Amino acid sequence: MDWQALSLSLKLAAATALLLLPFSVWLARRLAWSQFPGQGALEAAIMLPLVLPPTVLGYYLLLGFGGASPLGQAYQALTGRALVFSFDGLLLASLIFNLPFAVQPMQRAFASIPRELREAAWVSGLTRWQTLLRIELPLAWPGIAAAAALTFAHTLGEFGVVLMVGGSLPGETKTVAIAIYDQVQAFNDSAAAGMSALLLTFSFLAVMFVYRLGRAGARR
Amino acid sequence: MRLEARLEQLAPIPLAADIACERGELLALVGPSGSGKSTILRCLAGLHRPAGGHVRCGNETWFDAAGAVDVSPQQRRVGFVFQHYALFPHMSALANVMVALGHLPLAEREAKAHEWLARVNLDGLDARRPGELSGGQQQRVALARALAREPQALLLDEPFSAVDQVTRRKLLRQLIQLRRSLAIPIVLVTHDLEEASLLADRMTVLHHGRTLQTAAPAQMLTQPVSALVARLTDQPNLFVGKILCHLPAQDATEIEWQGQPLLAPHTPAFAAGEAICWMVPAEGVVLVREDQQGRENTVLARVAESLAWRGHASVTAYVGGRRDAALSFAIGASVAARRGILPGAEVPLQLQKSAIRLLPPDPAVIEQIPAAGDFSR
Repeated sequence: MDWQALSLSLKLAAATALLLLPFSVWLARRLAWSQFPGQGALEAAIMLPLVLPPTVLGYYLLLGFGGASPLGQAYQALTGRALVFSFDGLLLASLIFNLPFAVQPMQRAFASIPRELREAAWVSGLTRWQTLLRIELPLAWPGIAAAAALTFAHTLGEFGVVLMVGGSLPGETKTVAIAIYDQVQAFNDSAAAGMSALLLTFSFLAVMFVYRLGRAGARR
Repeated sequence: MRLEARLEQLAPIPLAADIACERGELLALVGPSGSGKSTILRCLAGLHRPAGGHVRCGNETWFDAAGAVDVSPQQRRVGFVFQHYALFPHMSALANVMVALGHLPLAEREAKAHEWLARVNLDGLDARRPGELSGGQQQRVALARALAREPQALLLDEPFSAVDQVTRRKLLRQLIQLRRSLAIPIVLVTHDLEEASLLADRMTVLHHGRTLQTAAPAQMLTQPVSALVARLTDQPNLFVGKILCHLPAQDATEIEWQGQPLLAPHTPAFAAGEAICWMVPAEGVVLVREDQQGRENTVLARVAESLAWRGHASVTAYVGGRRDAALSFAIGASVAARRGILPGAEVPLQLQKSAIRLLPPDPAVIEQIPAAGDFSR
């Protein structure tokens, strides 16, 4: 078992979920409740990571993060380090390829809250923030928890984009999924088996959790 | 405290509405679906911003397009009962009411919410969630929540449309009792004229976002200002006719209808020979005795339909066998039985002169009146 890779994966998954959830709540509410020009294109763009080959997504992220790109140069100027093949770069890529997993369940959850409920909160005197905290989030929580579980599990399992953007630097960008690949390449089957079983179990539990939430949401 | 508004917009629903509701008064907004009733209520609450006009409550301006004033729904302090109540499904009845008590110190809210639930006869159900309450109970929680805000105006959006007939009667009675203690303007949106007549001090009739007439319910039903208002308030006896002559000495105007002359109250606004619409409320059609056929405005009609319900019979009879001359009136069921008011019977009916109202001709409404001899409708 590659404990370093596992801890890196957990760190990446936790950071991704924590950073992505608040942003996704904001984005999902906008997509669910308002119409704006370019909404269709934006929704399509959010869904892209689901259908693009990870290598294609990874290739464009590599271009976008590279030393020749404005983002790469700005990061270099700020930190003195390169964005590609770093944990930060990997985290940024992870935020992008997890967007559909975070936004989709939340968008559905927010869309199922009738507009009248929010209006009732406003005429009852609740501010927009109070309405979010006391009415919207409690009603949308199955969707939010599902988004968190999917994002977490998907980050642990992502392979292609991680390899393209992060490479396989131990302790910096080498995640469990990459470690499994390395072990298989080195004919170290028992190590690969242990880590694979761990990911399998975890992913299964995460998906089961999401389905239970879906049923809980439907019952109300 | 007076709630007063002028609302104008072209889209999504055209509005050209003038609304005024005094303190302690209940104003009913009536009109067919899509006439803009609910949109007007949403404008008053600050949930919809019209393109032009103003909303004032007391000496506060809530909205003024010219002065760029638009007070938020939170600051307008209105009580709003939504059509489907919009109770928060994850909260108990008590918590739902407490949400609207943000203006009180935290420690006082629970006791006050109990008090409000008791006022709408829901004590004992505080811990139930909306999903565990009946439709009528949900409506009362919604009313308690709206009133708990100590609003400057109470807005009710079809509050009785989602409950059954029996519950509706109970809730109506409760609202009639409750409103005596409320010294604020109350605006009720409804498409039910009976409900409006029972509850409202005045009613405003709307059509395509335009306010056509505002009057006390009794006056609205007997003195509509136009054929359109008469049709929207479900006047059964609305016809087209022609002015024959004015008889100022008799305080009358003679009109021709279905080839026979009728006397109407003197209405010099119309010229002799002019085509008009005219109406007579069901109460103005009186069944007279056979020997009284010589009375003024008495016509012979053949009964087409007689529907008895709870001691009253609602009768439709054709004058001269013509469908476009169908008179509707109501009599006691026992009278109907005694006089043999059954389909096919011929009866003398007097159209009371004082109840007849002459109205400007309205092509849109005339189209709705079935043509002579048209039996297909």
